[in-house]
Amino acid sequence: MKASVIVFPGSNCDRDIQIALANSIGGPVDMVWHGETEMAKTDLIVLPGGFSFGDYLRCGAMSARSPVMREVVSRAGQGVAVLGICNGFQILLEAGLLPGALLLNAGRNFVCREVNIRVENSQTPFTNRYEQGQVLRIPVAHHDGQYFADADTLAELRARDRIAFRYCGIDGNGDAGGPDYSPANPNGSIDDIAGIFNDRKTVLGLMPHPERAADPVHGGTDGRGLLDSLVSALS
Amino acid sequence: MKARVHVSYKTGVLDPQGKAIGMTLANLGFAGVGDVRQGKLIELELAESDAHKARKLVEAMCEKLLANTVIENYAIELDNE
Repeated sequence: MKASVIVFPGSNCDRDIQIALANSIGGPVDMVWHGETEMAKTDLIVLPGGFSFGDYLRCGAMSARSPVMREVVSRAGQGVAVLGICNGFQILLEAGLLPGALLLNAGRNFVCREVNIRVENSQTPFTNRYEQGQVLRIPVAHHDGQYFADADTLAELRARDRIAFRYCGIDGNGDAGGPDYSPANPNGSIDDIAGIFNDRKTVLGLMPHPERAADPVHGGTDGRGLLDSLVSALS
Repeated sequence: MKARVHVSYKTGVLDPQGKAIGMTLANLGFAGVGDVRQGKLIELELAESDAHKARKLVEAMCEKLLANTVIENYAIELDNE
């Protein structure tokens, strides 16, 4: 399996995901500069976390219009798997590959801590190594992670099993919290949404950082399953 | 020609910064302030001198980059219209 990580000016989790993916794949991972207009054949494209273009205008707004993104959108259309983590999720939304938007956290604070998320659909290339309903403990680190979508979009996401992960309590049950800031829902995301798929389940965007929980030295390995799922599905 | 683009959140989109501004105004003793919404003002200098064409151009800029129409509205003001 061949994987490529896009590097934008201001990406800062690009090396982390490169190393985590290389460990899962057992081989090298390509790094692709955002100014490129062509990309070698690849089975997985990753948009990493960070603060690309300093979050100017809106998080991900500039990166979504970078030259390489035309190629990313075209590959996604061909069914190539695309994973956007944190800032990468913001970029996927700005690029129109996923619906909705990410707003400033409801509590206004930058949130940097571990959260619990529940696997809402384990029948996808990104989640096949997890059990349905499994609770994962994975770090978040963001200022603009409040997922928002209008009522029609939300209904569509629910009906088509496109909600990948929801923030939840440690036991995985019940409501993560109120509509605003609560300990379980770190940012006030609508319907406690932490990550969503496109309709074909070939594109995933999520706020938590699986690459920061992919090795025992990280203090947790719950994120490794996501990367191993991709290796199972795409190799 | 100069153009000003006002970008604001749509109704129903939570604006935590606006909320904080409203709370601080209340703390300062300003009574009677209802909902507060914070937006953006973007000023552009355009080579285009025809107002109709300029408006079309700035509309395209708003749709493609300046506003995220999932969550934001925009209003365009031209200085000689």
